[in-house]
Parts: sequence; C-alpha cells; structure tokens
Amino acid sequence: MSGANRIAGAGRLTPARTARFTFDGKSYEALEGDTVASALLANGVHLVGRSFKYHRPRGILSAGAEEPNALIDVERDAARKQPNVRATVQEVFDGATISSQNRWPSLAFDVGGINNLLSPFFAAGFYYKTFMWPKAAWEKFYEPRIRAAAGLGVAPTQADTDHYTNRFAHCDVLVVGAGVAGLSAALAAAETGARVILCDEQPEVGGALHYDKSVKIDGQDGFAWAQATAARLAAMDNVTVLTRTTAFGYYAQNFVVLAERVTEHLARPDRKLPRERMWQVRAKRVVLATGAIERHMVFANNDRPGVMLASAARTYLNHFGVAVGKKVGVYTANDSAYEAAFDLHRAGVRIAAIVDNRAKPGEGVLAEARSLGIEVLTGHSVIDTKGHRRVNSMTIARNGGGGKRTIAIDALIMSAGWTPSVHLFSQSRGKVAYNAETGQFLPGTYAQDCLSVGACNGTNGLQATVEEALAAGELMARATGSKAGGKVEIRAENAFEWTGGMAGAAEGAGANDNVKAFIDFQNDVCAKDIRLAVREGMHSIEHIKRFTTNGMATDQGKLSNIHGLAIAAETLGRDIPKVGLTTFRAPYTPVTYGTIINHSRGELFDPTRKTPMHAWEEAHGAVFEDVGQWKRAWYYPRAGETMHEAVSRECKTVRDVAGVFDASTLGKIEVVGPDAAEFLNLMYTNAWDTLKPGRCRYGIMLREDGYVYDDGVVGRIAEDRFHVTTTTGGAPRVMNHMEDYLQTEFPHLKVWLTSTTEQWAVIAVQGPKAREIIAPLVEGIDISNEAFPHMSVREGKICGVPTRLFRMSFTGETGFEVNVPADYGQAVWEAIWARAEPMGACAYGTETMHVLRAEKGYIIVGQDTDGTVTPFDAGVGWAVSKKKTDFVGIRGLKRPDLVAEGRKQLVGLKTKDPTVVLEEGAHIVADPNQPIPMKMLGHVTSSYWSSNCGHSIALALVAGGQARMGQTLYVPMPDRTIAVEVTDMVFIDKEGARLNG
Amino acid sequence: MLLIHCPYCEEERPELEFRGAGDAHILRPTNIADISDEEFEAFFFLRDNVKGLVYERWRHIHGCGRFFNAARDTVSDKFVTTYKAGLPRPDLSPAPKATETTVETYEATEGVAG
Repeated sequence: MSGANRIAGAGRLTPARTARFTFDGKSYEALEGDTVASALLANGVHLVGRSFKYHRPRGILSAGAEEPNALIDVERDAARKQPNVRATVQEVFDGATISSQNRWPSLAFDVGGINNLLSPFFAAGFYYKTFMWPKAAWEKFYEPRIRAAAGLGVAPTQADTDHYTNRFAHCDVLVVGAGVAGLSAALAAAETGARVILCDEQPEVGGALHYDKSVKIDGQDGFAWAQATAARLAAMDNVTVLTRTTAFGYYAQNFVVLAERVTEHLARPDRKLPRERMWQVRAKRVVLATGAIERHMVFANNDRPGVMLASAARTYLNHFGVAVGKKVGVYTANDSAYEAAFDLHRAGVRIAAIVDNRAKPGEGVLAEARSLGIEVLTGHSVIDTKGHRRVNSMTIARNGGGGKRTIAIDALIMSAGWTPSVHLFSQSRGKVAYNAETGQFLPGTYAQDCLSVGACNGTNGLQATVEEALAAGELMARATGSKAGGKVEIRAENAFEWTGGMAGAAEGAGANDNVKAFIDFQNDVCAKDIRLAVREGMHSIEHIKRFTTNGMATDQGKLSNIHGLAIAAETLGRDIPKVGLTTFRAPYTPVTYGTIINHSRGELFDPTRKTPMHAWEEAHGAVFEDVGQWKRAWYYPRAGETMHEAVSRECKTVRDVAGVFDASTLGKIEVVGPDAAEFLNLMYTNAWDTLKPGRCRYGIMLREDGYVYDDGVVGRIAEDRFHVTTTTGGAPRVMNHMEDYLQTEFPHLKVWLTSTTEQWAVIAVQGPKAREIIAPLVEGIDISNEAFPHMSVREGKICGVPTRLFRMSFTGETGFEVNVPADYGQAVWEAIWARAEPMGACAYGTETMHVLRAEKGYIIVGQDTDGTVTPFDAGVGWAVSKKKTDFVGIRGLKRPDLVAEGRKQLVGLKTKDPTVVLEEGAHIVADPNQPIPMKMLGHVTSSYWSSNCGHSIALALVAGGQARMGQTLYVPMPDRTIAVEVTDMVFIDKEGARLNG
Repeated sequence: MLLIHCPYCEEERPELEFRGAGDAHILRPTNIADISDEEFEAFFFLRDNVKGLVYERWRHIHGCGRFFNAARDTVSDKFVTTYKAGLPRPDLSPAPKATETTVETYEATEGVAG
C-alpha cells in the first residue's frame, strides 16, 4: 500500500503501479496518476510549506490549480529545476526530486517563523509605512532583506536545456474545460461537423466528476462517461482533444492561448519532445466551461496544515483513494461540504461534526447526515483551531454566543460556497454582473463571440447544466455554418442540489485585530487587514488590493478575491457590486517563460543578416561587430595585432596605398518614375532636378520638425531613375518615411519605390591606388579622372558582370564603390582583392572606416547627430536648398528655437596632449573649476586615435561651437581634466586634393 | 492579437503585419513654408489623446505596404472600421454603453472616479 492513508478499494488509481519520489530528501512511494499533493497526503504529510510573510506552517488547501500554499520545487537536474510548482497539479513521476520552499533551515523548524510572533508589527501596509526613511536605506538595506526573507522558490542558475514549441490553430468552436458542461458542449458542436478544439488543464477530462461520485450520466458512472465521451470525441476527424492544457489568456477577437504540458509528468521524457507546447488558437466561437472554485471559510487560524477545502478532501478520497484524516471536522456554509462528509464517512473516516454557519442547511443533506448518524451543529461557527504542524482541534461556538467547546480532530474540511471561474470571460472584456441571490459574479455583457455554460455561468443543477451546454455547443457550431447532425441528448443525475454559500468573514473571525483569519493564504492577508485598509482611507478595491496585497500572489486571488471584496463592502457599508471587482488578467495560472519565449532564443532570438562577402571576411580573420541585425567586418587583425594596432595599420594603408571595404549593408532604394526628381526634391533638403544623369550628390533628409533624419549619396542613373543610399541602420525607416509621403501627402506624383539593399553587393575601393586596382576589371566605362570625376556614377561591367560604378568617397581618398548584383559580390571582391593585395592594399573594416571619415569631418547620422541636430548645427547647411519652396522640414527649420543663437554645433576637438583620446559621450565645460553641477556646453560625439594625423581627433557638439574656433575648453573626467582646443572638423587634406586625384 | 482588415487587400490579417502611423486626417499644408509658428504647432505638435473613437493611420507594412485609415475605440481597443487613405472621415455613432447591471472593473472606471 503506497501510503498509510490510502484506503483499499477507494479511488481510481491502480495499486500495483507505483512510483518513488523524494520530498525534502525523504523517499516516498506514490501511485501512477498521483499528484505530489495526493502522494504526500497518502503518506500522512500535511506540512508542505511556509507562508510568504509570517512563515506559518502550511499544508495542502486544494486539489487543483487554485492552490495558494503547497508550492514546491521540482528538480530533474540542475538545469531542469522549476520553482513555485503547485503540488496539487504536478503529477508524480518516478525519481522526482521535490523540495519545499520558503523555509530555513528546514520545513519543520523555520527561523523566519519569528515573523509570526512579530506579526502585530507586520500589519497591512507595514512595509510602505515603516521603510520609507531614510530613502537611501530602502535600496541598500530594507529591500534586499525583505526580498530575501519573503522569497518564494529559487530560480535555477543554469540555462534551460528543455525546448518548447508553438502551434497556430484555427477552429470553429473552442471549448475550454472538459467537465460535464464542456464535454456536452463539445459533443453537440462536433456532431454538426464543426472543427472543435476541447482543452482541459487536468491530465484526464471530467472536472468535478473527479470528486462527485454520485453522478450518473446516461446510466453510466459520471467519470467513466467522461472518459468514454473524450475518447469518442478524440476519434472524430473534426475534433482535437487536449488534456494537460490550460487556456491561460483570452485576447481580442477570440484569440485564446493555451499551454500544453507535454513531458512534465514523464519520468524519462524523450528529449526530442518539447516540454510545453503553446497553442495560439483563433476560434470563430468560444464556449467557456471553466467551472467554479470552492471558497474556504474565513475564521481564526484557518490556515493550519490539515485544514482544506471540502471538495479537495473529496477528490483525494474518490479519485486518489486517500483519506485526509482519521477524525475530520467539517465547517461549512454550503451543502457541498456535506457530501464530502458523507463520502468520507462511508469510507470509514470518522466525522467529528458538521459545523454549519447557517441556521438552515439544505433539507436533503441534513436528512442524509442524520440518517448516517453524523452530528450537525447548525447556527454554529468554528472560532479557532489548534495544532502547530497539523491541526489537532477545533473550537466551536453557537452564533451569538455560548455553546463553546473544543473537539479533537486531525483534519478540518470547509466550504463557503463556489466562485464561478469568470477569469477568461473577464479577460475577453466581458462585463460581469452581480447576482445578489447567490452572491456570485456571473457573465453579464459579452464582448466577444463566446458563451459561458455550467458552473462558470452560475447554472445550478446537473441536468440544467447539460442542457445549457448542449444548446450552446450546437448554437455556436451552427453560427459558424456547420450543418450536419441532429440533436444530442444526455440524461444526467446526481444525489443532491446544493444551496448556501457566504462571502467574507464568518462569525468568530472577529473584529479583533489579533485574530488571524486568512483570506489570501499565499500573501498572508487576513480579514483584519482589509478592515485596516478601509480605516486608513483606502476606499477603492484597487487601493485595498495594493495596500494589503490581497489577490496579488501567484494564485491571483482565485480563493481570496470574493472574501476580500465582501469584507471591504461590509466595512465601507456599501453593496458588493458598488465596491467593484479588480480586473482579471492573463495568465490564468503561471506559465513558464520558456513557453512564451518558445523558439525565439539563442540563434533564433533575432535574425542575423550577412553580406555576400561574409564568408571571405570570416576566412580572412575579420572580427565582426553587430550593426542592427547585420554582421559587419570590424577590423582584420594580423597575427599578434591588437585591435588598436590593426586599425592604425589599416588607416595608414588606405591613405598610403588603398583599401577594400564591404559597404553592402548601406540601405539602397531605387526611386523610379517621371516625377522621381520632384519627389526627391520634397524628401531631401537638396535640389535634385539640377542633378545630371551620371552624377551623384550627398543628400540630407529631415523630419518635418527640421532635424536630420538620414543622409546618403544619391546617384541619378537616368532622367527618371535614382539610386538612393541610406545609412545602414536607417534603411527600413527611410523607406517607410518615403512611402508614407508618397502614398499620403504626394499621391499625385508618379514614382515607384523599391528597396534594393539586398540586391546589390557594394565593394568600396579607396586610396591613391584605387583606380589602378579596378581599371583592368572594368569594361565600358572610362574611369579616368576627367571622364569620371568625383561624385559620378556609370553603368557598365566589371569582371564581366553588370555594375553600377560610383566614384565617391567616405574616406577623403580617390574612391570607387562597385555595386554588383549580390550573387556576384564575393567573386568580384576576390577579383579586386587579387589585384589589391600584391600592390600592398588591405581589406579594412568598419572601425577604420569610422576613423578615416572622422579625419575628414564626415558625419555619421545617429552618432554625431541625435535627433535634435539641424543640418546647420551639423555643419552641412550647404546641402539645404535656398531656392526650393517646399521639402520635408522646410518649415521646421524656421522654428524660433532652431534659428536661435547658441545652439549646439558640431566642431572638431584636438586634445592639448595629442596622445590623449577622449571618451565618446564625455561632457565639455568652459571652466573646469566651477562648482558641481557644472554648466555643460556639449559632449564628444566621435573620438579616435588618428595614425595619419599622429594625434587624437574628435568631433563634438558644443554650444555656439562655430564661434569658438581656437578656444580652449575642458573635458572633466573622474580622474583628471582634459584640456581641448576647438577646431574645424577637417583634420586631413583640407583642400580635398586627394579626393579629386 | 488583433485582426485588422486591410481595405486594399480586403482581408483580415494579424496585427503583426501592421504598424501604426499616428493620427489620421491631418493635412500637410501645401504652403507649409509660409505658415505661422502657431499654425505649425497645431499641424505638427498638438494632438488629442481621445478616450473613445480615434481616427488613425496604419500601414500594412508586412503585407501590401499601403497606408490606410482606421477608426478605433481606445476604450475597447476595437477597430470600428478601416478605409482607404484619402477617403473622408466616416460618420460613426458612438459605441453603446455597458448596461447598468454590470459591474465595472477598476480599469473601465479609471479616470471617471472623482
């Protein structure tokens, strides 16, 4: 027998099929199909955790997803270690290593339990009030300590070795929940031929049939009917049945997301299987059959191990064959607990007494209790319990006083009635309505194409539930156009219809500030805390929730919300619906990050873009840097070279001989059409109608507010065709920006835009020997300086393949940019390299490109500009046409602030000590001796060591910078102050002789 | 995830294919270079942050690439309708109010409570 509390003949598990697991290092035997909770209870283990704030001993409260107490750590290995798992839903597998949480040094003796004794000081809002001052201490002292003391489980430190997968699914009808209602609805929908998905969070379908043994459906045992119906559904081509699958989020337009736990219950899962599978379901119609959750009674010390929900005790008995105690007390305000008592009684467990808070229980259950000889005390309350690690007595009293007595027990089961699970309905943005008669919030106004059926809709009675579900299933299926099949009929009967239910604190929960009558077990919120919150001025339920943390634990108030609300309403003297409900949010139960992140991790986190020459660059030792999604060759170190040495060598080589550079990542847009020039006139500050075919121009693009948005060289290929280049990072947004204006502001222009970034491989050949390198390879283009001057473009051939050859330069040297169709990129590169290398040229990367352009004072948009810089600030005001009457940004440029004196302007900086290289981003001041905070004049935008100049160079944005030429300014650093001289931005070849050579 | 109806593709597609592009029906002045500071301020900077029906520009950027207009309710986050760029603002009656018997969650009453 696996566990002393297993009752022979009870439950649905097979006694011969056992599994072993450890809990806090001790080995236990379980049966296949056990949850960790049922297996522990079978072995007499009630103490499984410590509460969050007071570290009070806690046991197993429920048998389902709503469990707030029994949180455990499940470990397969160091990487596959999951904290905060609810023991009531984790299935036992052979070899599982389970640990309790939030205790030190051990579960039975926990030092943090001192918080329970200190609890008068830990009232609601305590943290907010006590740890306010001094402010600095919050970060350094209070918060780390509070977090360490109040932690839940410990996250694994190793990367997750499991994998997760995702599916998109479409269906006519999605049915959430496979209890009696969900199965009935799915059956009715499926019979019409509709495509149906039925999901349920438990390993087996059945819902409440797990515990309600009295149910007969079509003459069959209810649970057996459920399994047979699920099998029948699963065999239909138009139906998908998913168990161990939680619908955790209901989003717009019937988009429901499910988490399917694929391997969580397996001892040795096939590593090829995903641990979880996320289903993103778009359903034409949704049927919610999510059932209801039983509430606990709110009374003093209602949190001791051994105190649990009546339906949970019934589940452990009828499904798992486990008795939760030998002498069980019952405390209830609802008939359902009676049936739990009857089942326990019939299984041989002694029922100490049924204590009913009501004066009038349901007549049926009362009569049955009497005929079984169970003592029923109506109009009584449990006012206290005793027992440290497990409840050992309950003290009861007559409502209104008197009749006080203490009864020895070893378990106490309770029910304050049922809370319909309207979570998904509420997530769908449906509005709940309060039913004063039953004290339940029920679906009111629907926002989406869905229907709630059964307990989650407040429907009473088994046959009524079945009929409602069948009708809804068929109605929803028919609404999607499914026409097959006829009426499905199901006859269901059960022993008793339940009456009763209460919300809030029962008698005996007391207005006494020292009584701990728990509402929210995980967050240790008591009835008195809600009252305190109201007394302290919190009148909104949201404020009460934040102040007390009620409903903010991982169970998200599944048990506590209604109690908290009722107590707040009572204290405020308002009706419950007037106090309002807090918003239900996804996820319904915790979902592991792995499932949500899914495949988007590691190499698949973000796409990687590589240029056509990437393989060559890799083979030639390039170090790469990430530029957006691109991998760009950064520098090409030779054996033994540091980055600094490599870049210095590359910079010298380009200016002395030549260099070859991969510029393929530049954004490229083909602008074509009779109005192409007019369109570019509007998009750029420059004039384009004056540009002759075969020539290029450097263009500046502004936003409407007058600030620099992008820049690049534009070549006119023909009257009606331009080859536009953009910055590497700016390509998509520039394309979007152009499309936006073309489609919405200037739709009268006949222009077509095509992104050609990835169609062209671009090889920049720069330096005194650039022409000599490419000359023999080029066909049909005269590349002499006279025929092909700086800023020209020609179409022709190179190495026998078509090219758009640009004469342009981002280095200040004679330069060519060879554009060839991407597929030829590497071959042409290799041909150019075969000529360049013997001449002593080098391949260079982005770092050298940056240094060389800074030596010439060429700006990089996004580095030397920051979205608040005009072309005039950046020293490229010459590119702004004075003749045009319109371009994007023309009005913005005239704004008072943009023409004001003293704007930050881009200038060059030379350090007084030529060997010092400034830090990019460093601040610049006029007087280094002024008190802190100093008045900042600007900051360094680009800074490098220039081997060509023999000193460091920098660009900086400085207030009134152009009027400060020759001034000495200062860059204060933590360890020293660096003196700099303001210069113009061109550090090399000021007259441009090299460029035009 | 929302489904958005592209008036050019004439199909509902997942919102991942779309990108918002700000308020609709703001006309760029044809004489923009000559307008006053106040007119430029109104054109470029000033926007309403409406609770309720808003008219917005969207782009089917990972689809047909077209910009279009949409009327969306910022309370329910529902697209009331979408229409082609350049068409006038459609006349839409306000969305029906929830009945009094339903209970508002805090979110819905936010900004209303005194």
